[in-house]
Amino acid sequence: MPVGSERAPDPQRWFRRLKPLVFLACLGPAAMLSYRAMTGTLGAEPIDEITGVTGQWTLRMLLITLLITPLRQLTGWHGLIRWRRMLGLFAFSYAVLHFLTYVVLDQFFAWNFIIEDIIEHPYVLVGFTAFILLLPLAFTSTDAMVRRLGGRRWRRLHRLAYLVPVLGVLHFWWQVKSDISEPAVYSLLLSVLLASRLRRPQPRATGAAPPATPG
Amino acid sequence: MLINKPADLRPSEITDRRYFERRRELLKGGAAAAVGLAAPGLLALSPAAAAKIKFEQLKRSELSADEELTPYESVTSYNNFYEFSTDKKEPAELARNFKSRPWTITVEGEIGQPKTFDVDELIKLFPPEERIYRLRCVEAWSMVIPWVGFPLGNLIRSLAPTSRAKFVEFETLHDPERMPGQRPSLFGGSLEWPYREGLRIDEAMHPLTILAVGLYGEELPGQNGAPIRLVVPWKYGFKSIKSIVRIRLVEQQPVNTWQAQAPGEYGFFANVNPDVAHPRWSQARERRVGDFFKRPTLPFNGYADQVADLYRGMDPRKLY
Ligand code: HEM
Repeated sequence: MPVGSERAPDPQRWFRRLKPLVFLACLGPAAMLSYRAMTGTLGAEPIDEITGVTGQWTLRMLLITLLITPLRQLTGWHGLIRWRRMLGLFAFSYAVLHFLTYVVLDQFFAWNFIIEDIIEHPYVLVGFTAFILLLPLAFTSTDAMVRRLGGRRWRRLHRLAYLVPVLGVLHFWWQVKSDISEPAVYSLLLSVLLASRLRRPQPRATGAAPPATPG
Repeated sequence: MLINKPADLRPSEITDRRYFERRRELLKGGAAAAVGLAAPGLLALSPAAAAKIKFEQLKRSELSADEELTPYESVTSYNNFYEFSTDKKEPAELARNFKSRPWTITVEGEIGQPKTFDVDELIKLFPPEERIYRLRCVEAWSMVIPWVGFPLGNLIRSLAPTSRAKFVEFETLHDPERMPGQRPSLFGGSLEWPYREGLRIDEAMHPLTILAVGLYGEELPGQNGAPIRLVVPWKYGFKSIKSIVRIRLVEQQPVNTWQAQAPGEYGFFANVNPDVAHPRWSQARERRVGDFFKRPTLPFNGYADQVADLYRGMDPRKLY
């Protein structure tokens, strides 16, 4: 594996240039959803469809965000780090959409039913916990917040990025009635991503710039 | 409670406009097989459409619900039919070319003599009528569907059940060639095949319980359980077993597929009951497919007047 092998000439530039494209790509699923909503092609139960799509993309974006660090280690493309914060914030954005779909479209602010649902149904509770845990991550994603917290504390806090998708997969697994193949695939991918963290000790970041771990 | 209006059965616009339009489309003169023969060109263009059986001049049963119908497109594109797929959108596609003729149903067990019927023979013996029923899925959505069917009781009575016939057991076709959801997958199958369901004999003989052979005046599409399925409108949808090949009258209470799959979540009776929550979903409310707001779920799906007597003296908590 070309870990630590010679770098291509100034690859940083490429990741910076490509970033807007990645941004647009991440908007794709939301754009597609809007398009289907406007053309009335979300099927018989549009709310159900929107919940499913936004839930799936929250989980996918969380996994893609976790892919950055092992990918950097494998390829030596360290410029990938420039995308990570954006990817994580997209995961958060899809989670917000997913949660709003539930609160506004599915339940229409029926708070008594929402609270009962969260308390009584483990899969909702787990999803809700995952969402709550994403809030401090999104909140501390700015450079200023990284500086304020200091790299160490910031990194420790952002280890939640490992826990959230675990809860996300559990949330999915728990709601499936009999066919576990989809959550099983997510679990498998997540396990590989988490296991890749065990392989090598994380080097300690020293500067105040957005630290390279955890990813 | 935020939403605590009295049960709102919509006193409706008797019949949806689309429905009239569809009725107007219906071909004159019954048996559509004849259409297929008479118009081979049409048949080649669109075999499924051309060969569709239409039911003419259906009598609408008094037992019909007077509510706005769920559009045909929704009824036929949002289906829980794990024999094809666990995704509700996929059965419509995967069952598009499902061959539901010829088809036989064997009735056996505690009756005078076991008998095998061709489905079209059954339709001749027991002329179907239109029954508009509410359908409530355990996943908290519901529809209003104009079924075409006949009372299961008429069939059972004609076969002289013995005194040991206490329950009725049903079985869906098991044919992984034609039902791709039955093929084993990487992570194990989704359910134990064949799909089984059961009713107590008095439930099976109840006038509301029908064998449906069509909806919206036409033969059942594959994704809705072609060519013949059970419809028990006061129970959660999974009781209304699809694509039936065998009916057995038995003495012991059968174990239905979902009960075997998750005994803590699904029972034998599965009567719609807003007060008994499924461990994963509240059953207090439901979304009528196409609506934005949820509505309260009614005991026995609004059929309490007709069926509550069947369960006198039983603990309703045991009736999930
Ligand atoms: C990080 C947080 C979350 C993730 C990763 C996540 C992920 C998912 C996924 C993958 C699905 C399945 C989609 C499908 O069936 O195709 C789903 C469904 C769902 N989620 Fe979430 N979710 C999260 C948070 C929440 C929250 C906060 C709520 C509400 C309080 C919630 C409520 C639901 C509901 C109601 C469903 C649909 C269940 C059904 O169809 O029966 N989720 N979610």
